[in-house]
Amino acid sequence: MMCVMMPPPLGTGGVNPWLAAAMIAGVAITSTIGEVCTAAAMKSIGDLDEIRARSGLKGAIVAVLTCPMFFIGVGFLALAFFALLLALNHLSLSLTGPASASLTLVTNAIAAKIFLKENVDRRRWTAAILVCFGVYLLAH
Amino acid sequence: MSHAKLKWNQYAILALVGICAPLGDSFLARGMKQLPSISLDHPLALVAAVFHPWIAAGILMLICFFACYLTALSWADLTYVLPTTAFGYVIIALLGKFWLHEEISPYRWAGIILITIGVGFVSQGPSLTEKETPENAEVQP
Repeated sequence: MMCVMMPPPLGTGGVNPWLAAAMIAGVAITSTIGEVCTAAAMKSIGDLDEIRARSGLKGAIVAVLTCPMFFIGVGFLALAFFALLLALNHLSLSLTGPASASLTLVTNAIAAKIFLKENVDRRRWTAAILVCFGVYLLAH
Repeated sequence: MSHAKLKWNQYAILALVGICAPLGDSFLARGMKQLPSISLDHPLALVAAVFHPWIAAGILMLICFFACYLTALSWADLTYVLPTTAFGYVIIALLGKFWLHEEISPYRWAGIILITIGVGFVSQGPSLTEKETPENAEVQP
């Protein structure tokens, strides 16, 4: 019986391509949830520069640390961090870094429009897509 | 609103966001490559990895990144801050070219140009979405 062996995609280091994609998607999804929650927390707190000018550095730190949404965001960002460590342990940086960064840019733009009600206009979509392709090309 | 155009110190914070993140990632990658393969069966090995010197240095850079990132998010939109973080990849590539004399392929130059155009594009727009508040809402007759 003939068996055709396909070479693993570049940068996956012999890891099953579906598993590699799942690792990168895991980084992107947890990172997006974390970033959206963190951004929502910081918007609810207000301008940190103004808070620091009014109440000092301690006041700014207290304002951040007393916001529950901030801890939800940090929890997901910590998950994203460990997902990144796991991915870097199995895949090359040249694949993991740009792929997760590019994917996160797009998922963040979508999540920011839906959940944060940000004005993601044509300018911001164009920028996100240009940066996304730019990061991809930078890996070559 | 005063948030539409950024001040010089706010641009400096965005630059720090861009520089610290890729440096932190590079340090982490270097540290993780020096460790034996970690499987999902032993997740605690990931926690032990944070005490490796390169990984600790990477975490320090990422803490610096996070402090600047939080500050930036308090006066700018997420979709404004995120593309600027990608500019760090350009800085790292240019440092590699002019400091370490590494070769940059035409693909990488194309990537550098695309990211630069993308960041330039987003930075020309307002940094914060205007929200409808009782103070700035129009009074209906």
